[in-house]
Amino acid sequence: MNHWIVAPIVLPAILAPFIIMVLRYHLDLQRIFSVAGVVALLGIALTITAQAAGGDILVYELGDWPAPFGIVLVLDRLSAMMVLLTALLALPIVLYAIASGWDDRGKHFHALFHFQLMGVCGAFLTGDAFNLFVFFEVLLIASYGLMTHGGGSVRLKAGVQYVAYNLLGSTLFLFALGTLYAVTGTLNMADLAVRVAEIPPEDTALLRVGAVLLLLVFCIKAAVLPLHFWLPASYANAPLPVAALFAIMTKVGAYSILRVDTLVFGPDVAVTQGLLGDWLQPAALLTLAVGAIGILGSQHIARMTAFCAIASMGTLLIAISLFTETATTAALYYIFHSTLATALMFLVADLVMGRRGGAIAPTAPMAQSGLVSALFFVGAIAMAGMPPLSGFIGKLLVLDAARDALDANAIWAVILIGSFVTIVGLARAGTLIFWKSHDAQHNPAPEVDDDEEAPTLPAPEPNPGLAFTAIFGMVMGLVMLTLFAGPALNYAGKTAEQLFTPENYISAVLGGEE
Amino acid sequence: MEALVASAVGIMTAAGIFLILRRRTFPVILGLSLITYAVNVFLFATGRLALDAPAVLNKYEEVPYTDPLPQALVLTAIVISFGMTAVIVMIALSAYLSSKDDHIDMTAQDSVDGAGEDA
Repeated sequence: MNHWIVAPIVLPAILAPFIIMVLRYHLDLQRIFSVAGVVALLGIALTITAQAAGGDILVYELGDWPAPFGIVLVLDRLSAMMVLLTALLALPIVLYAIASGWDDRGKHFHALFHFQLMGVCGAFLTGDAFNLFVFFEVLLIASYGLMTHGGGSVRLKAGVQYVAYNLLGSTLFLFALGTLYAVTGTLNMADLAVRVAEIPPEDTALLRVGAVLLLLVFCIKAAVLPLHFWLPASYANAPLPVAALFAIMTKVGAYSILRVDTLVFGPDVAVTQGLLGDWLQPAALLTLAVGAIGILGSQHIARMTAFCAIASMGTLLIAISLFTETATTAALYYIFHSTLATALMFLVADLVMGRRGGAIAPTAPMAQSGLVSALFFVGAIAMAGMPPLSGFIGKLLVLDAARDALDANAIWAVILIGSFVTIVGLARAGTLIFWKSHDAQHNPAPEVDDDEEAPTLPAPEPNPGLAFTAIFGMVMGLVMLTLFAGPALNYAGKTAEQLFTPENYISAVLGGEE
Repeated sequence: MEALVASAVGIMTAAGIFLILRRRTFPVILGLSLITYAVNVFLFATGRLALDAPAVLNKYEEVPYTDPLPQALVLTAIVISFGMTAVIVMIALSAYLSSKDDHIDMTAQDSVDGAGEDA
């Protein structure tokens, strides 16, 4: 058996307890091991992506139990891509957290960070529905710790809401899994696909309930509209580097929708036909609309960035809900882009908040205003989907894929108007934060009483050089995604093709004589 | 027995949802625990209800047996929900102690502006 598949889960699972138990009093060593761990994870992710890129579906049977009985990990192009994205995202974030001193403001940042990575990688790799639930819980419980990292009463209150909401979501997940198990008698995803296809159409009432419940759970994770209420308060009050890492968590929801609805409730399954098109699509359109309006209406940069995350999830889920191979290709490209862009915006927001507070209103100018505003500009371009960065290509692909859809007019209108409102909202924020602040310096307002420290405010990070390096690394990621859009799209296209021929996945898992 | 189990799940879920919609953290946490109890019983019933039956297949003859898998699932679910409840109690307690207020909703003055300063 190929043991590389389990490595992205085992590595953080060993490293995190090691950091807690051996290095708990040595922050420097924790940092070294944490960065080394993320670099190793990146290496593993590259290796497994190379293995999966050939088109084989690799199966890892835990404990060597054959498929429907034991738990399997499955590595296909989609899983490999998502693990790679996780590792690529984690590296700049861990560097930024070290440089900004966020990891020093509470205990166990690095251990929780690695537990979080373990949960995310596990969710992407598992081929078993109940195991997916378990990895959701792993990543959630780590996220509770990270979310309240650093403490403070506001953050803790937001944390209580976040935990309560997700606990409810987990319960719903269990109800969904229980229903599916009661109908099919299995929880292995490939086996589920086989059994679901065999059930006669008149016996599918419970199955449909299970499918809808499961979609609801994933929509909670992905912050789709009526279920998005947890996101702005949680992300805006979390430590912002953590919020940047959480950019991958909403994508776990999107990934799960994509996986379950191509594999188990695939395009050929009559009972759940139209589930995505009829229900997810309007919700995704509304999500994008509310995200864009939220960007325009926010009074605080962290909240505005949280709405950026919602808007990008809206665009992504529109592409997923179209449910064609072209649209899925666009969605996969956009997942990669929007994760990096959202994380970039959160890190820039943290730079701004550390220097001048987060209110979107003119204040005294901050240190390194030019550099920070340039980074904000780049992030805003990526977020809004303007050329020359990859957001433009992503949105173009989504629009192109929507051309043949039934309600193409609505989709085009919402995406284009949503992008416009996003541009206006980000421009407004940038103007107020960066340009008006300069005006305020030239004509100081009478109520500004911190003149003595304002012009020479030192950079708040202990190590601004590393912080900017981390952010520039993320920008480089976006630039690379733009420059190498061809190969990336090629990979995404093959991934979509693989997703829409679930027979190979099923035979790889169930027929396995690995 | 089916009616008993089904109504137990239903009533516990309903009571849990009622409690979750309260505004203070204590009833919300109680409601979450009730819902996790409900889901545990529900998971248990997904393997069909069988009385006095062994949890394994018999190799030699056809005898009734209980599906063992939901029991394993319930065990996992119990452990996870127990741990999660402990976490939310701790976070709620520290939120209460630091703000002297156990409302679960965030008021206007709790807006995100405080987040940067208290870090």
